Amino acid sequence: MTEKTFICRCEDLTKQEIEQAIDEGYTTLEELKCKLRLGMGPCQGRGCLLLTRRILCQKQGKKPTEINIPTTRPPEIPVSLGTLASEQP
Amino acid sequence: MRITQHPILEYDRRKEVRFTFNGKQMNAFEGESIAAALHANGVMTLSHSLRYDRPRGFFCGIGKCSSCFMTVNHIPNIRTCIVPVQQQMTVTEQEKLGKIPCTPFIPKKKENITREIVVVGGGPAGMCAALAAAEQGASVLLIDENNAPGGQLVKQTHKFFGSTEEKAGTRGIDIAKELLNGLKNKKTIELRTSTTVIGYYENEHMHRVIAVRRLIQGDQLLEISCKKMIVACGAMENLLAFPGNDLPGVYGAGGVQTLMNVYGVKPGDTVVMVGAGNVGLIVSYQLLQARVNVDRVVEAMPRIGGYQVHAAKLRRCGVPICTSSTIKEAFGKNHVEGAIVTKVDDCFQPIPGTEETIPCDTICLAVGLTPSIRILEQAKVRSEYIPEAGGTVALHNPFLETTKNGLYVAGDASGIEEASTAMIEGELAGVSAAISLGYNKNGSEVQQKCKNALQLFRSGPFGRIPKICKEKISSCLACEEGGTQY
Repeated sequence: MTEKTFICRCEDLTKQEIEQAIDEGYTTLEELKCKLRLGMGPCQGRGCLLLTRRILCQKQGKKPTEINIPTTRPPEIPVSLGTLASEQP
Repeated sequence: MRITQHPILEYDRRKEVRFTFNGKQMNAFEGESIAAALHANGVMTLSHSLRYDRPRGFFCGIGKCSSCFMTVNHIPNIRTCIVPVQQQMTVTEQEKLGKIPCTPFIPKKKENITREIVVVGGGPAGMCAALAAAEQGASVLLIDENNAPGGQLVKQTHKFFGSTEEKAGTRGIDIAKELLNGLKNKKTIELRTSTTVIGYYENEHMHRVIAVRRLIQGDQLLEISCKKMIVACGAMENLLAFPGNDLPGVYGAGGVQTLMNVYGVKPGDTVVMVGAGNVGLIVSYQLLQARVNVDRVVEAMPRIGGYQVHAAKLRRCGVPICTSSTIKEAFGKNHVEGAIVTKVDDCFQPIPGTEETIPCDTICLAVGLTPSIRILEQAKVRSEYIPEAGGTVALHNPFLETTKNGLYVAGDASGIEEASTAMIEGELAGVSAAISLGYNKNGSEVQQKCKNALQLFRSGPFGRIPKICKEKISSCLACEEGGTQY
């Protein structure tokens, strides 16, 4: 049996699930993010956004420059709320 | 799984530590990361995935992915690939998202730091930037996420090319030591390791970043302000989509290098290498040095991307390099047991009937790098997608300054290139930042020297792509200055 192909390791999303969502009409990374939580895991989309961009390019005949990558926001790594709420010195 | 004999490297295994994994006693050596220590003890599955309950193991090895999250001393979501193992540590696999500990939170004081120049990233570019800026008289803070600086240099056992002035003929590991000694001898450079910048926030005349310093019990928050900032945080590895690509045993090339060359742990016994660029070729040779069998190197392109010198070394050792071939599938129950490779046509489509099943326990991915520019994106510098750079890069002038005043970029973060050029770019960015603050001992001469060296590197056949990349960056910048905005 053929194994699944994983695109997003954090949110555990397969290539099939992403392609299905694109076929349903979620055709930007921002929309796929809202629909599937793509790129919203602890690694913040370091691998999956670029892989999904490639799928979008192939499926829709677009160039990578035509596909916007979602905005980068802090924090870059997992941080506990306790650390963020540290007291002033 | 530990490497006992290595032709070049010596591993420091003087001090043994004991820790537990899921209640079982295990041995490790001081300085090893938790994930490397577990690997050496034969533990390949570190977590299970959220939805499909798939086993996940060591993957990137540099704290970028989430495959190695575990609960350590009751604190969940610890990146075990970059946290060092310690005596009496309790490591447990966590139930999916992990549980918050019942023990009360101990408040820590935040630390505020103000410095003239801050360098983010202590690899070849960052170390050289800090040294060059300090040489002119500026005070510098150098931040690195790892326990020791050196970036990817600490994993390079081969001798570098180029001119003697740029340390050619010296091994990467020795260059790292030399630079580190230089840093320690400079009183005006403060080095902070185990510290990660988590966000960029604007301040009127200063750059301001928030960073987190990893401590044994909880983390500390740092607020850092500076006049000039140099971002040299390197690159991240590209992933590849194929069935079974999440199985433990599928590793990034950087992860494999870290395991072998930093911690002295074999990734496995038989490896299939995907990608014949320089990284793929060099890591394959390093695997042979660690006495790991490399079955073959597959490359989807019709020709080898890396230098012939590296390819020839591999061929002499009997490792076949198969061009126009790629990995079709990885299979195995809880770990890689084999790979199916296939020939591809001119459009990179698999040719039916050419599949070959290779028994192996490790698949190593070396399919290119993408510049890390997340901090720069947060700072809202102008960036552009440039294929020759490896992805989206921050536009920068010949002195490496981005479109934001006083914010510089250097090394792979400014476009994928070599460690040699990263060092020169770092020096150029460092000296330029110092000059802009009024420190100029022989700054103008150093700037000229660096620019000449970069030009020389990029005029040869190896510098063809970076040269195109930098030309595109400057023409994009020229367009921007013409007033186009989006």
